Amino acid sequence: MKQFKGRVIFGGTFKGDAVVTHGGFNTLASFQKSALSSSCKDVIVSDQNNPDLFKVHITGKALCLPMTIGSTTGGMVIQTIASRGLSPAAWLFSEDIDPLAASGIILAHVWNNVPIIAIDRLGKEFLRTVKTGGEIEIKEDGTIVVL
Amino acid sequence: MYQPLMDLTAEQKDILSGKEGETKAKMMEVLVRYGDVFGAKRLVPLTYKKGHLVTSFGISMLKPVFPLMDELIAAGLKAPEGFTADPRPMDFQNVKANLLEKLVFTKFMYSKQKSYEEQLTKLGLSSKDGFSCTCYLPEVGNTPKAGDTLSWAESSAVVFANSVLGAKCNRNSGILELFGTILGYAPEFGFLTEKGRKATWKVVLKTTKKPEAQILGSAIGMKVMDEVPYVIGLDAYLKPLPDEDTIAYLKDFGAATASNGAVGLYHIDGITPEAKEKGPSLLVDEPKEYVIDDAEIERVYRSYPIMWKSRDAKAHKCFIGCPHLTFKQLNDWTDKIVAGLKESGRKKLRIYTVLTTAPAVAAKFKLTPKYQELMATGAHLSSICPLMYADNPVAGARPLMTNSNKLRTYTFSRYYKDAEVLSIITGKGSK
Repeated sequence: MKQFKGRVIFGGTFKGDAVVTHGGFNTLASFQKSALSSSCKDVIVSDQNNPDLFKVHITGKALCLPMTIGSTTGGMVIQTIASRGLSPAAWLFSEDIDPLAASGIILAHVWNNVPIIAIDRLGKEFLRTVKTGGEIEIKEDGTIVVL
Repeated sequence: MYQPLMDLTAEQKDILSGKEGETKAKMMEVLVRYGDVFGAKRLVPLTYKKGHLVTSFGISMLKPVFPLMDELIAAGLKAPEGFTADPRPMDFQNVKANLLEKLVFTKFMYSKQKSYEEQLTKLGLSSKDGFSCTCYLPEVGNTPKAGDTLSWAESSAVVFANSVLGAKCNRNSGILELFGTILGYAPEFGFLTEKGRKATWKVVLKTTKKPEAQILGSAIGMKVMDEVPYVIGLDAYLKPLPDEDTIAYLKDFGAATASNGAVGLYHIDGITPEAKEKGPSLLVDEPKEYVIDDAEIERVYRSYPIMWKSRDAKAHKCFIGCPHLTFKQLNDWTDKIVAGLKESGRKKLRIYTVLTTAPAVAAKFKLTPKYQELMATGAHLSSICPLMYADNPVAGARPLMTNSNKLRTYTFSRYYKDAEVLSIITGKGSK
């Protein structure tokens, strides 16, 4: 069991599975296929350039990432996914959150009243420790426990 | 009410508290929270108020966008000085599509296009022809000046405005840029600050010839990601601004840095305005260093995955102009295509080729004799967004070729150098 503490952007509690990408998470490429399907209930990552998460289910899980990358439509895509109840439950950034991810998560909160946990500055060691499929616990103060 | 970390003026506080309506209050909350996350001390007024929207497409998947736009319209909100927008996703007149493609585009992918354009018009779209990613070109006329603060999102336009024009704009998300444009404010962080414009990477160019703009940009983007590079040595190959070839080179270079990485600002020693004024003092102490020689350019080029089902397939279409071509580029490509066909002994291009440019540039070009020369080769001229055309399961499944690294990155299109594109489409050099 190992603990990490980050900066709380949007707090909350969570206990469940982690999904981990060590490279940048391309928001549009990852969500595009699922977002295009009106019947989608669970996002399967469609970014073929992401070997860590390609074809991995991420809805309702804790997405652990360094930052998001890709199109500047990224914020709108996150808002869309969140408004349809398809977002990861938590976005956990090892680095500072990037402007596109921040925009999307803020839009989801303010415009769509969708609470998504967002914590950044968790450090490189966090991403080295946490594993896809492993269980983690998130506390209100930004503490992440890798179980 | 959200308690901001930054200092707000009385007017900004009033907006946030809802004195100017609930919708405006929510927009302000989004903008303030966004700034707070990045440590902005305040919201600064935009000194260049004309906007540019990254979302020109009524793509059905972006479901929350359409009611959000309706809410802004119902609240009587509008961009005070208007805005341009990225290119449209469809142009059946100049980019042919079969029945299935038309069906997918109009009934599925972009089924909201007509109603979305009506929303854009109500919110301040400056012209029905205001659709281009190169809004900053003189023919389009949405051109900030050095030192201006603006609120844009299109990555290739933001990096051009910051780097080549010397304006100040963060790499915003779509929707946030519209909120900033309507409210007239931007949170002061990142590229809006002196510190944020410092280069953390020193890039030393040691190639023996002028590198392809799209590959050099790609190499730098993939290396520095969202940091700021200061490039030394490229001035040997570029004439001083505002030379048209230099503008075109930096446009394509910047788009590649922004799409292959997440660069929002670069400095070119001796060329771009801030580098000319401040020189290497723009570098932080102990910057990271990246040396690029001929071998590195070739390594990067060879590293691009080929996503076609068959590597040996004949391209179904070729797109030249992502970002949209400048007037000079359009003329140069016409000359090269005509000469290439002459050399190959062909009258028409081998591949269905689309050159894309802003509507205003296309209109100017159509008044010149070169337009007929280009049309006679079988080429097509359009103001479509090749990326939006190619980024779907039907059109994108066909083998598309391009000289754009942005198009390569976001779709399955195959990248070729300019000379290779010319050889393939004209049959030049083939038996």
